[in-house]
Amino acid sequence: MKPALFEYSAPQTVAEAIALLAADPGAMVLAGGQSLVPAMNLRLASPSRLVDIQHIPGLSGISVAGGEIIVRALTTHRELELSGEAHRANPVIREAMAHVAHIPIRNRGTVVGSLCHADAAAEMPMVLVLTGGSVVAEGPQGTRTIGAEDFFQFHMTTSRESHELVVEARFPVLPAGAGAAFDEFTRRHGDYAIAAVGAIVRLGRDGAADKVAVATCGVGSRPMRLPAVEARLIGTRLAAEDLAAAGEIAKDAVTAPDDINATTSYRQRVVATLVRRVVEKAAHRAGQGR
Amino acid sequence: MPRARPGTSVPSVSSDPRARVSITINGELVEREVSIRMLLSDFLRHELRLTGTHVGCEHGVCGACTVLIDGKAGRSCLTLAVQASGHEVRTIESLAAEDGTLHPIQAAFQDCHALQCGYCTPGMIMNIVGMFESGEPLDLSDEGIRLALSGNLCRCTGYQNIVAAVRKAAESLPAG
Amino acid sequence: MSTRAFGSRIKRTVDPALLRGEGAFVDDIPLANPLHAAFVRSPYARAKIASIDVSAARAHPGVVAVYTGEDIGVLDREMPLLIPHPSMTDARTQRPLAKDDVYYVGQTVVMVVAVDRYTAEDAVALVEVDYDPLPVEVDIEAAVKPGAPLVHATHPGNVAAYFVQVSGKPDETIPQAEHVTKIKVKVERSTAAPMECRAVAAQFDAVTGELTVWDGTQAPISVRGGLASIFGLDEDKVRVIAPNVGGGFGQKVLLFYPDELLVPMAAMQLGRPVKYIEDRRENFIGSSQERTQVHEIELYAKKTGEVIALRDSFLHDTGAFIPYGIAVAQVASTSIAGPYRIPNIWVEFTAVYTPTVPVTPYRGCGRPQSCFAIERAMDQLAEELGLDRLEVRRRNLIRDDQFPWTREGLLFADGLRVSLDSGQYAKALEMVSDRLDIPGFTAHQGKALSEGRYLGLGLGFYVEGTGLGPYEGGHIKVHPITGKVYVNTGLTAQGQGHETVFGQIVADQLGVAVEDVILVEGDTRAFDWGVATFASRAAVVSGNAIYKTALIVRKQIIHAAANMLEASEDDIELRDGAAWIRGTDRHAPLAAIATATNPLRYAFNDAAKAATQFAPASRHDGPPLDEGQHPGLEATDYYSPACATWAYGVHAAILEVDPDLCSVKIHKYVCIHDCGNMINPTIVEGQVMGGIAQGIGGAMYERIEYDPEGNPLNANFVDFLIPYATEVPNVEVLHLETPSPLNPLGVKGVGEAGCIAVGAVIASGIEDALAPLGAGKFRQTPITPSMIHAALVAH
Repeated sequence: MKPALFEYSAPQTVAEAIALLAADPGAMVLAGGQSLVPAMNLRLASPSRLVDIQHIPGLSGISVAGGEIIVRALTTHRELELSGEAHRANPVIREAMAHVAHIPIRNRGTVVGSLCHADAAAEMPMVLVLTGGSVVAEGPQGTRTIGAEDFFQFHMTTSRESHELVVEARFPVLPAGAGAAFDEFTRRHGDYAIAAVGAIVRLGRDGAADKVAVATCGVGSRPMRLPAVEARLIGTRLAAEDLAAAGEIAKDAVTAPDDINATTSYRQRVVATLVRRVVEKAAHRAGQGR
Repeated sequence: MPRARPGTSVPSVSSDPRARVSITINGELVEREVSIRMLLSDFLRHELRLTGTHVGCEHGVCGACTVLIDGKAGRSCLTLAVQASGHEVRTIESLAAEDGTLHPIQAAFQDCHALQCGYCTPGMIMNIVGMFESGEPLDLSDEGIRLALSGNLCRCTGYQNIVAAVRKAAESLPAG
Repeated sequence: MSTRAFGSRIKRTVDPALLRGEGAFVDDIPLANPLHAAFVRSPYARAKIASIDVSAARAHPGVVAVYTGEDIGVLDREMPLLIPHPSMTDARTQRPLAKDDVYYVGQTVVMVVAVDRYTAEDAVALVEVDYDPLPVEVDIEAAVKPGAPLVHATHPGNVAAYFVQVSGKPDETIPQAEHVTKIKVKVERSTAAPMECRAVAAQFDAVTGELTVWDGTQAPISVRGGLASIFGLDEDKVRVIAPNVGGGFGQKVLLFYPDELLVPMAAMQLGRPVKYIEDRRENFIGSSQERTQVHEIELYAKKTGEVIALRDSFLHDTGAFIPYGIAVAQVASTSIAGPYRIPNIWVEFTAVYTPTVPVTPYRGCGRPQSCFAIERAMDQLAEELGLDRLEVRRRNLIRDDQFPWTREGLLFADGLRVSLDSGQYAKALEMVSDRLDIPGFTAHQGKALSEGRYLGLGLGFYVEGTGLGPYEGGHIKVHPITGKVYVNTGLTAQGQGHETVFGQIVADQLGVAVEDVILVEGDTRAFDWGVATFASRAAVVSGNAIYKTALIVRKQIIHAAANMLEASEDDIELRDGAAWIRGTDRHAPLAAIATATNPLRYAFNDAAKAATQFAPASRHDGPPLDEGQHPGLEATDYYSPACATWAYGVHAAILEVDPDLCSVKIHKYVCIHDCGNMINPTIVEGQVMGGIAQGIGGAMYERIEYDPEGNPLNANFVDFLIPYATEVPNVEVLHLETPSPLNPLGVKGVGEAGCIAVGAVIASGIEDALAPLGAGKFRQTPITPSMIHAALVAH
């Protein structure tokens, strides 16, 4: 179980990295390598060239500005998880992060790398979708910002062009007064989710939800918001019957076929359960915040 | 069975492109020229003969190959040697004293019978060392320790004695 | 006398080296410039090989040799059938490299040898094999039906073996039954997944003609014999070393895996060391698996719950080949009545070829399946008769005064009769009941239910025939310079702590510290005779052999010391590394005695000097060695058990099911077990806890998934779910020690014990928890969340 041969470059600038990517459509970006290297060891991925971006200055770090948590490309999961600033700005990130593999993987794997890998069951892409975040990609034609919903196209497929380098991800801070929650079910701790659900809820003065965002992953070909679920919940007091009805609606989002870990029908049960529990928890937190 | 004829010449090295790496391993700067696709696990084991780091799956799940990279636990099977160039790596061989005296975590493993075949042990211990040295507060509840150990598979012990060993090590090590 | 080592919780002497990273596993052995092997493996479950083109691989830079079945000379043959049995006809075993046909995904077709494993894998991808795929059937129940595609054209119905065993008079008894319980259960395919995959390295010295093979095997002596035979080498020119081995669990004892022959062959042909380090995917598709059985079991009972007869008919999946014969099925069939008297038994099995990885024993070896069948059936019987689950068992357990309980007519895997020798079964059941407060559980469960929580009690009782023969031996020598005691055996260890437990046995007899006993094993140079480490046999068979040997050396020491100290043998006691005249300070160190018993003295060490302080060790006229005498303190002896000795235990757990997520959480898990006298309780507990964790894997997580075409879908650690620490509960282990009457140490085996009952415990617990929701029965393991969901939906 060893990687096939490739060429290796360690550019010192973003421009150099982009040039390398542009010159070779088979090239792939190497950041933490926690998804790419296992795929290479299994020879499921055989990039013609690895563009190791670790030596590019300025691609590290986390900052909060303009209502967004800005996570630069070389930031590891663990750095973001432990960042007090990020946690204060949006606590759902840390809550989700506890489910991302295991600490040694989070120590090496980068958040942006995980977003670009775009596994349909991965947690961080879903959090980007839930929060309405975006990524910033630089390419030969310049820089563009891609909204999460446009970025994730399909399992392991994004709208990043092969000659683009995603230099940062932007997670919006939690709106004032809102509560957020995340939970998932896996058969074994740290594995990709059979289903995961994240929710952001804000309650109006009357105690009814005036803002609801619900997202899921693991149940279809990409992470997604659940607009029908949100519509069912907005304006309600999130009573048990509202949550139950929303859970039932969420079942429609499950398109994943039966696989070795879950049948479609079982996944529907899980997503419905998680929608109920996670929305309730987010609402509870919103209530506490008031 | 035909035998090798005397003087048979057989190649020794692959034709892979090579790169120079310089990695600080257990406190010593090591420089080598290696194949650009060589995994850090193979580099440690076969170039440097630091065979205490074991390889259990080569896809990042079992944790047997865990070492400290810049002080943090990481999988040496998911890291290329060229990627580790310029970084510091610590392996299981760095823990015991020169005279062989065991590190408190190693001693706790022996005291608690936290190993059987010993194959997962070095990776398990390096993960725990990373935890103790991280500066983060340690959750020494059963659940907290089990969470910290998840990511390292053991097929022999059932983990219970490893949990006990972590707790025991915490008595003699500054936690966090 | 110092504290007895036998029975003490002595720390393992092997640990410091392993903890410092100084273990020497096969891939750690330094070899001069080794070459590396990799295999082209079949991507089809069943196909004809139309052609193989290796030209591109041979031309690839760094490739040294490429072998097909045509290129391997004497190795191009079917490998041996290890345990022949009349129930099989024309038993099929595989060839080192496939020829004409492939029989499972993963079967070795071509071997590449290159300068490194990276290059070897490159070349594997360049080999072009043209296959004509054939239809397959991987489901064993479908595979035996008429018209099912055949794995081997020679075996209609895919039947590899058929066997019936009868004990008592089931036909005459069955009509007397007042109640019949009949259920069908299934246990799925799993694998041992040791943390270290298999590994073989070989080096041939053309000058001395010696072949040295480092093999992560559980059976080095057998491997040596096989290699010497097939290569036509003298046995003394073949040395097989099993160094540190990273777990075995049965998977690492097969004669032979293809690589165990092909790697030595390549080393001899190429004049360079060659190694094959199996990778994880290869371990999943190329190394033995076990478990799939479907049992239809019937209990014939009185209204009281007393079972008077049992019928069991089961299918056993043997995979594409049957190299181990019917061992797994035979163990399952002879364990089917568990700890219960059930005096009349009729059990039949059909071993079925399927186009999948071959099946050989994996820790438990058929017992998890038979335990699952009988225990699920006992639960069902209890329910049908309206009896408590414990009560129905109480009424059937073999009573203490009924041992030995012999099941005439059943022959165990060693070909010897099944005779459960000793135990305190009823007491074990009461212990588990007390520990978990089972009488109080119903109230506890009811209260939880009123809060919307679903608690269940799981229970499973198992028996295990351990310590199978035919024999093992021990050789003990006291080193004349250091006084340290060397113990050599033909076994090998994969983490069981042999060095410590055998050291404890010897330390007591020779009066030395456990750390001064040095065990040499896993090397054919260390001891010439032996079988292997498997079947929970090391402590029983080697342990007693070493004990018997120690008694001989003890006698030698006392005899020599009495001469040297000019005292009566009756007055000599052995302790603290010396022989003492009881009640005095006068003593002779062991090293001095060992030196004095050797007529050739070493002049330059303390032991030799000390030896001169005493009278001669031997008193006779004539040559220095008397007739029949040998120099030094040294002996060899063997132990050959008359039959297996039966360990047993009972497990129970309180678990909770979340019916919304269909998840299961184990709150408490208690294991009462009895393996006779314990040499080292800490090591016993380690074996039991590790076994239970593997059992948890089998009960809820681990299943090799084959698609209908026979492709394994989860041949990796991402998708084959071995539990992490987060999935395994704390386990409380309580001991009973009923000495085995069958061997001098009174010990029984414990290696496989832990895993046997877990499936039954978890299934009965989930069933109990979900009974209020009418979820029905759980009669298949592993029990996945999707299965719980399906059970809830079906209601």
